[in-house]
Parts: sequence; C-alpha cells; structure tokens
Amino acid sequence: MTSPLTPVLSDTWDADQSWTLETYRAHGGYGALAKALDLEPAGIIQTVKDSGLRGRGGAGFPTGMKWGFLPPDDGGPRYLVVNADESEPGTCKDIPLMMAAPHSLIEGVAITSYAIGCTHAFIYVRGEVVHVYRRLLNAVQEAYDAGLLGKNALGEGVDLDVTVHAGAGAYICGEETALLDSLEGRRGQPRLKPPFPAVAGLYARPTVVNNVESIASVPAIVERGADWFTSMGTEKSAGFGLFSLSGHVVRPGQYEAPLGITLRELLDMAGGVRPGHELKFWTPGGSSTPLFTAEHLDVPLDYESVGAAGSMLGTRALQIFDDSVCVVRAVARWTEFYAHESCGKCTPCREGTFWLEQVLARIENGTGVPEDLDVLLDVCENILGRAFCALGDGATSPITSSVQLFREEYEAHITGGGCPFDRAAAELFERKRPAVAGSEVEG
Amino acid sequence: MTDTTNKGTGGGGEEAAVVPQVTFQIDGIETSVPKGTLVIRAAEEIGIAIPRFCDHPLLEPVGACRQCLVEVSAPDRSGAVRPMPKPQPSCTLVATDGMQVSTQRTSPVAEKAQRGMLELLLINHPLDCPVCDKGGECPLQNQSMANGAATSRYLDVKRTFPKPIAVSTQILLDRERCVLCQRCTRFSDEIAGNPFIDLQKRGARQQIGRFDEDVLDFERPGTSSGDQPVGAAHTDVSGAPFASYYSGNTVQICPVGALTSAAYRFRSRPFDLVSTPAVAEHDSCGSAIRVDHRRDTVMRRLAGDDPVVNEEWITDKDRFAFTWQTAPDRLTTPLVRDRGEDGSRGELRPASWSEALEAAAEGLARARQAGGVGVLPGGRLTIEDSFAYAKFARVALGTNDVDHRARSHSAEEADFLAHAVAGRGIDVTFSDLEAAPSVLLVGLEAEEEGGVTFLRLRKGATKNDVRVFSIASHRSSGLDRMNGTLLAAAPGTEPEWLDQIAAGGTDPAELADVSEALRGAGSVVLVGERLAAVPGAYSAVLRLVERTGARLAWIPRRIGERAGVETGTLPNLLPGGRPVVDPAARAEVAALWGGDELPADAGRSTGEILDALWVGQLGGVLAGGFEPEDLPDPAHARRALEQAGFVVALDVRSSEVTERADVVLPVAPPAEKDGSYWNWEGRVRTFGASLPSDAMPDHRVLDALADELDVELGTASLLDVREELGRLTPWAGERVAAPTVAPSEPEPVEPGTAVLASWRLQLDVARLQDGERFLAGTAKRPVARISPVTAVAVGVADGEQVTVSTDRGSLTLPVAVTAMVDHVVWVPLRSPGSQVHETLGVAPGAVVRVAAAAGEGEA
Amino acid sequence: MTTEAYSRGPACSYDDETYRRLADDAAQIVARYPEPRSALLPMLHLVQAEESYVSRDGIAFCAERLGLTPAQVSAVATFYTQYKRHPNGRYTVGVCTNTLCAVMGGDTIFDELSEHLDVGHDQTTEDGKITLERVECNAACDFAPVVMVNWEFFDNQNPETAKRLADSLRLGEDVTPTRGASTVATFQEVSRVLAGFPDGRADEGVGASGATLAGLRLARENDWRAPEEAAPSDVDAAPGEGDVPPRTGGAQSSAESKESDK
Repeated sequence: MTSPLTPVLSDTWDADQSWTLETYRAHGGYGALAKALDLEPAGIIQTVKDSGLRGRGGAGFPTGMKWGFLPPDDGGPRYLVVNADESEPGTCKDIPLMMAAPHSLIEGVAITSYAIGCTHAFIYVRGEVVHVYRRLLNAVQEAYDAGLLGKNALGEGVDLDVTVHAGAGAYICGEETALLDSLEGRRGQPRLKPPFPAVAGLYARPTVVNNVESIASVPAIVERGADWFTSMGTEKSAGFGLFSLSGHVVRPGQYEAPLGITLRELLDMAGGVRPGHELKFWTPGGSSTPLFTAEHLDVPLDYESVGAAGSMLGTRALQIFDDSVCVVRAVARWTEFYAHESCGKCTPCREGTFWLEQVLARIENGTGVPEDLDVLLDVCENILGRAFCALGDGATSPITSSVQLFREEYEAHITGGGCPFDRAAAELFERKRPAVAGSEVEG
Repeated sequence: MTDTTNKGTGGGGEEAAVVPQVTFQIDGIETSVPKGTLVIRAAEEIGIAIPRFCDHPLLEPVGACRQCLVEVSAPDRSGAVRPMPKPQPSCTLVATDGMQVSTQRTSPVAEKAQRGMLELLLINHPLDCPVCDKGGECPLQNQSMANGAATSRYLDVKRTFPKPIAVSTQILLDRERCVLCQRCTRFSDEIAGNPFIDLQKRGARQQIGRFDEDVLDFERPGTSSGDQPVGAAHTDVSGAPFASYYSGNTVQICPVGALTSAAYRFRSRPFDLVSTPAVAEHDSCGSAIRVDHRRDTVMRRLAGDDPVVNEEWITDKDRFAFTWQTAPDRLTTPLVRDRGEDGSRGELRPASWSEALEAAAEGLARARQAGGVGVLPGGRLTIEDSFAYAKFARVALGTNDVDHRARSHSAEEADFLAHAVAGRGIDVTFSDLEAAPSVLLVGLEAEEEGGVTFLRLRKGATKNDVRVFSIASHRSSGLDRMNGTLLAAAPGTEPEWLDQIAAGGTDPAELADVSEALRGAGSVVLVGERLAAVPGAYSAVLRLVERTGARLAWIPRRIGERAGVETGTLPNLLPGGRPVVDPAARAEVAALWGGDELPADAGRSTGEILDALWVGQLGGVLAGGFEPEDLPDPAHARRALEQAGFVVALDVRSSEVTERADVVLPVAPPAEKDGSYWNWEGRVRTFGASLPSDAMPDHRVLDALADELDVELGTASLLDVREELGRLTPWAGERVAAPTVAPSEPEPVEPGTAVLASWRLQLDVARLQDGERFLAGTAKRPVARISPVTAVAVGVADGEQVTVSTDRGSLTLPVAVTAMVDHVVWVPLRSPGSQVHETLGVAPGAVVRVAAAAGEGEA
Repeated sequence: MTTEAYSRGPACSYDDETYRRLADDAAQIVARYPEPRSALLPMLHLVQAEESYVSRDGIAFCAERLGLTPAQVSAVATFYTQYKRHPNGRYTVGVCTNTLCAVMGGDTIFDELSEHLDVGHDQTTEDGKITLERVECNAACDFAPVVMVNWEFFDNQNPETAKRLADSLRLGEDVTPTRGASTVATFQEVSRVLAGFPDGRADEGVGASGATLAGLRLARENDWRAPEEAAPSDVDAAPGEGDVPPRTGGAQSSAESKESDK
C-alpha cells in the first residue's frame, strides 16, 4: 500500500532556497538527465509510455503516446513547448511548482527534448505571475551556466536552447494550438486540426506540447522507472499528481497523492470543510468540469472514475464550496469568465457565452423569467460539441451540471425575485462594516 | 485567329494529373470526389447546399462560423463505420472513403446544430435589412428567411457599435452587422498579402478593423493624463490611410452587410439591378466583371467568376473606376470646327453625323493628298475596333502610318512585338505563372501595372513556391509580398542583367540564383512595355529566353495593346502577325480585303507621326482615345496636333485631342458596346453591352467614314468584323527578325544628378479614374525614393522634401529613403504632384537633377 | 527587414536615442526565437515598459521592427488583457473576482478598494499611483482571496489588508508580496521583466509557503513518502557529477506497492 501522500514533485519545496540549482542538485536533481543521456531516445519514450503517464494539464492524453506521434526525423527542427499558461479557475499547481522548483521542470524539458530530438524548447508561462517568470529565467540561466543547457547539452554536439516566454493575459492560450499561435506572436486563437501539433505545430514543424506537471514528472520516471510510477495510482491512471484544495476547507493547499485518492480522504487531511458548514458542491478539476456534490465524496479521483461519475478529472483543482455559497452566483461568475476569455473565433462560444452571461446575470439579480432555465440549457446544448475548441464546452459544464443538481435554487431566484443568500456568510473574514452598495442584491 | 478563343487554361494548370478518388455518401447519395475534397464542396457537386458563412472556395478553411455542421460517421481502423461524437464542420472536413455524411436534410442533429448557430448569429445582428446594402443578396438574410425562427428567444441587450467606421475612404464597416467570418481578413492576408485589416479585441467585443485609437480605445497622442508619451506619432501613417489595391473584394465576399463601399452605399437595392457580364478595361488582364445597372445607369461593378483569368478577384480600379464613361465631358454629338480662309481655327460646334462625316472625309482626303494621314488609335481598343483602324489606315488612307502605342515606344519594340508576340495565340497563361518554377519580371511592376497578374503570381509564390525575380530600381511592396528577389538595376542597365543571366553568371549571389532558377523547365520571363525606353533591352530579352529556354510573355498596361499587335495597328505589322515588308503577307491581307495592293513601305511610329505632323510632312491625323500626356514629351505632341493640317478625333470624352480637332466623332464607351478584348495571355475576352445606347463603337464610325471616302470597309457590324477576323489564317511565313539593338552607353551621372526611375501606379491621375474620389483616397502617397547614399549626397533625410528637375520643369516630393540603387531617383510617373512627362518632359532613364527642396518645411 | 539595424520608418516618433535603445532590446528579443514574429508579445511588454502602456508609437515601433502592419499589431495588443491602452498607474492592483476568490471575499475587497480609491475597474487614481482591476483566476486559489500588485502575489487578503496595501503604495512605502520579490517593482519595471529582461530579483522571497506546503508538511509529519524504485534498474545509470545524495523518500518495498495496486 502506498502512502496517502506521495511527495515527489513537491518533495523539495520545503528546502532552503528550493528554487536554486544548488538545492535541486543537492536533492539529486539532474541525475535523471545524466542517466537519460546514456539511454537511447526511443528507450526513454518507451519508458514514459510504459509508465502510463497521462497529460496533467487536464485532458489526460498519454504523454508517451503524444511523443510517439511525431513523424520520423526529416532533418528539420522539432519543438517542445511546455504549457505553463495555468489559468483554469481553481487550478493552482503549476505556478507554485515553478516558483518553488523550476529545475524539476527544466530537467524534464532537457530529458524530453533529448527523447524527441528537440534542440529548442519553449516554456510558455502566463504573464500574470512575474516572480514565477523570474524564477524560470533564472533557472534556465543557471542551467546554461552549468552546461546543462546550451552548447552540447544533449551530448555528441547536440545543443539545447530553452526560451521562457511570458504570455500577456488570455485563458485561451492554455489550449495548445492557441498557445502555439500566441507563441508565434499572434492572437491566441485555436488552430484547425488536423494538422495536429505533432505534425505541424510551432512554425509548422513537428511539436510536442505538454503541461508543466507532465514534463516535471518525467525525470522521476526516467530515474526510478516505469514500474515505480505504475506502483502508484490505478491501472489506467498511473502515478501521482498534485491535488489542489481550495475554498471552504480548513487547510487548503497542494496535496501530492496517487491518482485514485478520494475527496473524502483529501478533506480529512485538509481538516475538513469549514467548521459549522456542510459541503455543498465542488469541482473535481477546475471550473470546466461538471460540478460534484457530497454524493461524490468517495469517487476515486482518477480519469475513469470521475468520468464515469459524470465529470472530468481535469487538473485536480478541487474547489470546495460550502452551504453558504449560492450556486447561481458561482456559476454566473464562471460564465462571465468564459465570456470574457472567449477568443471570439467561433460563433457558438462567442455569442453563446455572451448570451448565457446575460441570462445568468438576470436570474441572479432576480429579473429572470421562467423560460430562462430552458433557454440556458438549450443554448448550452447548442454550444456543447459545436464550438471550435474546448473552451465552449467548458463554459457549459458548470451551467448544465448545476441546473441538474440545484434546479430549485435557480427557480427560487426567479420566483423569489433575487438571491436568498447572504454573501457575507461565504467570506473568510468578518466584515467590519456592511458591504457597499452594488455588491449586494438590490431590492 | 479564331483558334485563339478560350479553350481552357492551357499550360500547367490543365495537365490532368491522376488524382485518386474517394467514394463516400452524403445523405445516402454515393459520390466520388478527388482525394482531399472538402465535404462542403462535394455536397455542392451533387446539389446539396450546406449553409455557410466563413467558407470560401478560394480561401483557406477556417471553421469559424460553425454554420455548416453535419453529422458524420466514418470507418474506424477495423472498417466498422462509427459515428463521430460531435457534428463536424463540413467546410474543414476532408471526405474519406466510406464516410457517411448527414446534412440538415437527413439529420436532426445537423439540423438543430445549424438552427442553433443561426440563432446565435442573429442575437446580436441588427434588424436593419431594409436599409442595408446587402439586403436582397445577403446570405445571412437568406438563411434566416429559409431556416430561421420567426421570433427570437433572446431577451437581453444587443451588442451595438457606433456606426460606421471608414476603414479607408472606399471601405466602410458596420461592425454590428459583422458575423466575424474573417473572409475579409483572410482575403487581405492570404490573397492580396496586405493585411490592412485584422481582427481586433476579443470575444464578444471582437471586431474587424485597422489600428484606430478612437475605435480601439487607445490613448491618443498628446492627451495622456499620466506619463507623457515619448513623442507624438505622425498622423498619416500609423494606422491611417493604409492602401490596398484589392480592398473592394472584401465588400463582395462579405456574407453580410458589414463591409460596404462608400461609392455604392445606399445607392440601390440588389433586386432593382440588372446584371451583365463584362470585361474590365483597366489593364491587360481582361478580368471578368459583372456590371450592375439600374435605369441605364451603372451602379456598381463586381468581380466576375473566371477561374482561368481573375478567379473571383479584381482590382479596386476595375471595380470602382467606371464613372469616367459617363463623365460630364462625355461627347454626345459629332463636332465640327470651321476654319477661316486663312486657315485659322474657329470654335467646335455640334453637327449632324452626316455633316461631320462628310467634313471628316473631305479633310482626310485633302490631307492624304498633302503628304498623308497618320493614325493614332490609342491602346484601349477592342479587337473589332482595332481591326477597323488597321484596315482603315491601309484601305481608306493607304498608309502604314498607324501606331496604337500612346507611350514610350521604339522601333526595337515594334520588331520585338512582331517577332515574339504577334500571332502566338495563347501561350503563357495565368495558370502557368502559378506553376512555373521561377518568373523573372523585367520592366514590369506587376501590382501597379497588371493587378490580377500580381495576385496570380503571389498565389504561385505563396502556395507553390514560385520564385519571383524582378529587375528594378528597388524592392517594391509587391515584390516583397511575392517573397521575390530584387535584381537591382538603374534604368538603362537592364540589358546588362539580362545578358549576364543569359550567360549563366554567378556573381553576385542573386545572379547565380536567377541564372539557375530561370533554366528550370517552365520558367517564364514577363516583360513590360516600359522596356521600350531602354535601348537594347528587348533584344537582350530575346537572347535571354533563347539561352535559358524560359518562356516569354509581354504584359503591356493597356487592354488594347495586344489587340493592336494582333490586328496590325503597328507600322510594321498587318493583321495576323504579318510583316508589312513581306510581299506575300501583304498579298494575303489584300486578298482577304478583296482590294488593291496594300502600301508597301513600313510606316511611321507614333513619335514619327507626330514629328511628321509638326514639320508638315503629314497632312493630317486620325486619332482615337489618344492623349498627349501619355507621351514622354506631351508639349511636343500638342504642338504637332496644333500644326497638323487636319485632325479627326474619335473619342468618348472631350480631350486634348478633341480640343485640337477639326472633326470630333463620339464613340461608345465599353459599357455601351459589344466587343472583345485581347488580354496579355492572348485570350479573347468577349463581352456584350451592359447598357442600351445610341453611341456607336469605333468600328462602325470608321465604316461610315470610309463610306464617305467611297471605300467599303466592311466593319459596320460586329458580325462582319468577326467573320472577317475568322477568315484570317495564321501567318505561316517568315517572322520579322529578332531585333539586335545594342545597349546605349549610360549618360554620365554628375554630382547633383541621378538617373530617373519611374512607373505608373495603379491609382493615379489617369482619366479613366476620373470622378471616383473614394477610390482616389486609397491611392498611394507620391514620394521620391532615393538610396541612403544618394540621400546623403543630396543632403536630405527621410520625410524631407526633394526637388527633381530638368530644364523643362521641376517637381517636389517627400523623400522615402529606400534600399535601392545609388544615384537613381524613383518617382511615380503620373500621380498628383508627380507628372513626370508633363513637368519634366523626359522618360525614365533620363538623367535629372536632384536637390533638397528650397524652403524646406513649407511643403 | 533591412540589414541596417536602425533604419526606421516614419510612423514611430520615438526620439533617436529611445528608438535605438528599444531597437537594441528588440533585437535581443528577436534573437531568442527561430522566427522574428514570435518576439511580438515580449516587444509589446517592452514598449509598455517604456510608456506604461501600448501607445501609438509602441504599435508603430513593433510594426516597423517586425515588418507587420499596425492593424496586425493592434490585433495582438487588443487581444491580451495585460496590454494597456491608456497610461497605467505605477501599480496595478488586481483583485481576483473569479468565482472562488469572489465568494471567499474578493467581491467585497474589490468593492471596498474601489470606494476607498474612488476608481472603478481599469481606472487609475488621480495621483497616477494605482490602476485598479478585477482580474481573473491567477492560479493561487489555495490562498484565496488573492490580490495581485504588479503581478506579485498578496495572499489571503481581506478588505482591511487590501486597503492598507493600497495606502502604502500611494504613500510610496515598500510593500512585500506574500510570495514574490522582497518589494514590488513598478509597473514599468515589471513590464520590462515580462519582456524577458531579468531584474536580478529571482532569489528574493520564499520558494513555497503556506498552503503550497500543506500537503508536504502533513506528509513529513506522518513520514508519508513515495515508494522507492519499483525494481532495480537494468541500465547502469551513469552517476551524476560527483556524489549525488540519495533522493529523500520512503522505505516501502516495491513488491508491496505493486501487489497492492494490481
């Protein structure tokens, strides 16, 4: 039986000056790279395939298989692009990882680059986290200075360059093809697929796009083997992952555990839901994953089980909302987010989120009409599976799942002419004075 | 000559490479299409219309509007046909073997998806169809009427924008009507290559536009409330008038009424218009257009759909410049000028046709006696009109003094045309340009002087990696957008480059490059008419194509030039490419015309005709569509016309020639007559009159005039002319020999002087653009281009004013310091403030003085 | 692009010294990428570092250096929320009002800050010190409610701490992010960092703290570890440079863990 928590990525986070090369090396860092450079690239890809590592950015696509989609070497460049644009509401694992241990990512980048034949890798980090960007730039420089990157870094005269690129504020750039367009200096709008990035990605060259946590997991897999990795987690959801608890929970934070752990177990570790309150709803993997309730406390948090229960494992962003929270308000706000972040390329997402946002705002402020719920659901139906990329689908998840779970609460807003909840009750602090006008429901 | 009529694309585009087929089903109907075909296209083929907005067959698929969703099942690896979980956009979906597609006709899922999409598109669309230009021909309106709901479930606030935005003087944008299909931006980027508009902002506020501070809510310079900007930017470049010669196409392909043209806005309703297919008169491409008129007035022109020539695109000039045909100075009746006993000229007065024809015939007969009559038919004629001029000169006036070249020209050019162009039929085609391994441009700025040629070349360059080389003074924007390579040459030195390429020279690097590239099978050399001003250039071109095996095409600016070459409005050529000096050739034509022997002496060129008029060697002239300003020395041309014993002018509008004419005979503009143009490919482009008209075409007027001279010209009816043209067999005899003119030694370039480089911009002050102020607003700002070295020598900096002068006059323009040949100054040939011929009295290649403008800062 | 590094078009009216300096920076940015256009996002951060927002000159500069039209540059500049179209305050104070932070108090923090500063979303105080913004989820949900100052984390805020923070900023006092550099740099300085020019402050601040370490602390307390290697590796791994200390980790046998999982 593995431990309830299995710190691997987070294992060095409490070290002094954890972000430096020196600290990282003192904990065995870059040992995996040295080992990898003695292996055949194909062998590394096979190891990652054997490990069953699945993309930690939300979609859960097998990482080794993604690498295997690259066409045979044609002599031209091929690229690794790390998706560090962590922006999904609730998701907060890659940012602390890069802040505390950027070298675990860079070592993963070096190994992956070697495995896939890449000599120029990119880390696309969202621009709204300047200190993380500093740490990454610094770590890359340290690695260059130590000969881990740059000239001959991959041995036998093969160089590796790493460029850390700051985005500029656009959730959609977490979508891998939008990220590539953004990295090429364009508006971050998703590209038509096919061709897939593996065939024609960055600069129309074969490209692997992986999440930070996926790449950072590679050194440990290379060093300790696929069997070690599969010794954790479940058969189809192998290994460990960062589970991020946030919201109305006593000790929110990062919990690195084998996949398949349940929210009940995690809540136990985190001290439970805020005292005096009950769990009302939660997201298993960020705002784009359909809501769960207390009924789902024992669903194993692996790809298959969460899927079977009607949601998605996503990024393991567990946002906990207790009974003080109005689900209509929560969903309306998420919908505003999707409308704000819709890139505008396709009709259903652009116009649909614009519409949904307004209907939800009306319901929340008490001017909804009975037909609104049906319209909401039907508009969601017209977006889901019709939009260009997954953003549109994600926008519908909180709405359809919450109407399914809390229809009466929506109806109460419509029939009652407003929100029956006290916002202050959900806040973590005592208000010193009554909230200013505008933050409360009028009338 | 009838053999030259359109038979297809010819050349590379036509080769029937075997494309594998795929077989699949749409709504249960089995169909086979070439591999790679999109489902939406395959559906069209079998008559199933799938609604769409963003899809356009000539643009890359984008899948943005999602209107064309269909339900799809496809075989998996084991061959079992499995439904795809989501409906698929048929505009991006490539058909594969065994696929089963269900459209809205058979699939409730597809039907609901499409209905849902339409509803979403309409929530923010204004209900302003009654005042929208697109109303009546609007895909969105049609969709809504056919498939939309009668009422909307949308209860909230529609997105609105202040309206409209002037993207340019010509293009207006009503953002609230836009469905963001990106056809316009994709056209600008993919086809024209000048992304003057792009998507701005994001999400529901996303919109089409250019960089405009007010629209996009950027701080305006100088109004900063916080830190002051480093400096205020120029107001006229950054985001302001950004010129594109193709912007009108965006209006035509907009599937809603978001983009409209200032010229046509609120002028008509589509269902009140009568449409006629026609051919554009503005360049030698002969683009297919559609002329829309209401109550005998042309309201607008659109691009026609002709895959072999202009595909579905035309230049803004072809689209918007048509009001010249109905300008206030349009001639409506014949005019006659009475002369005093002493020969002094009186005023022109209206006259009847019979009086005018009689006066013209008498005068011409006298003039013929008094040394002869020259014929100057301009360069814009239809084949039929051109043929009538050629025949009239020989049969009615007994002369070979005929030349349609109203521009710089040379005897070397006439020989070149007779040797290499006349009677070749369709040789190099537009399609060939897209498939050629390399194309060399000499004396030709494709975007300025042959708009659609540029688009096809650019398509070749961007899609098929056609390598484009250009011998020119500098790298133009057009060359840039074709990823082209400049072979930098001062005007006059073109023969050097040509001979070095012919010799396979390898130094400098771009010479090695072009030498090798041009020897690739199917490579093409495109030659412009400007080479006539460079002695030895046409000769060098012929040496080059002989040595490299490259194919050759001559691309003049005007639509009538090729017809003139083919029908013999040149002093050395009879119809069908027959050399005047060849007795057998003359005999063949004389036999065709059933008359006397034809004049045997080689005739005078345009310049020689004018010289002869001036000194009284010729007694008169017959001119049509001819303007002194087109010649390198307009003053000389005017003097010659004034000195001429007798002048007959056939023209659509009053002109400098009609002002000096003794008899003026009005003729029909293109919209009011039937005819055919001969484009540079050698393709015959036939069109009918768009408007009913009493105006007579030139061939009919000439027939009547001949009649007065007791000559039966036989060109009264179009059918007669065509019948006669049809009987003209191709010339099988000896061609005129290739010219072998030696290049002239370049004039020394003293300090304070430079060699003049110049060509005409597509939009300038030409008479065929008169009356279109919106179009004029999109013309390029005239500048003088000099190299950094020359700028230092002259003592001017970028943006300052420079004066270019000759003894005749001077012109002053802002300097654009450009990477180009040193000691060369480039200015536009005939733009506002830069009328080279008129002001300087010289042609490109001349040495001119260049100096910093006096009184800098005032301009 | 021409070979002359500082050939400039007429559209950008930066003075020569400024233009030259920025063109140097831009050249360094361009050199990081295989294709020049990739430099556009960092270059927009760069021109924002110059003037605190993307001005007409900034648009023209980027267009000129990269051979794009102004429309293409503004297309990008208006897509991303970090690019400002008006002069920005010395500090951007961004209150997360995405669902989780909003519910936990972000809405109230924003409202009170807005009243306190007398500015609304994307507005700047009269003294030019603070531009107030509602920001979307900034990946610090376990520290909710979160306020960002010039994109540095101020975790676990409440209306009072946020107002004190704003007051300090307006008074010119140094403020220290919860997780970040030891003081908050100005908006323009931070923009320059985002253009990829380090300011030497990467070693300031904590590596991880608070919620980030919640799980790790619990693991340490309970001696919970990831398993050791599942099986001895066939390949003799080349040792790293020098003596590599063993990874920290537990002592559970691989056989045990395998059995339990399969």
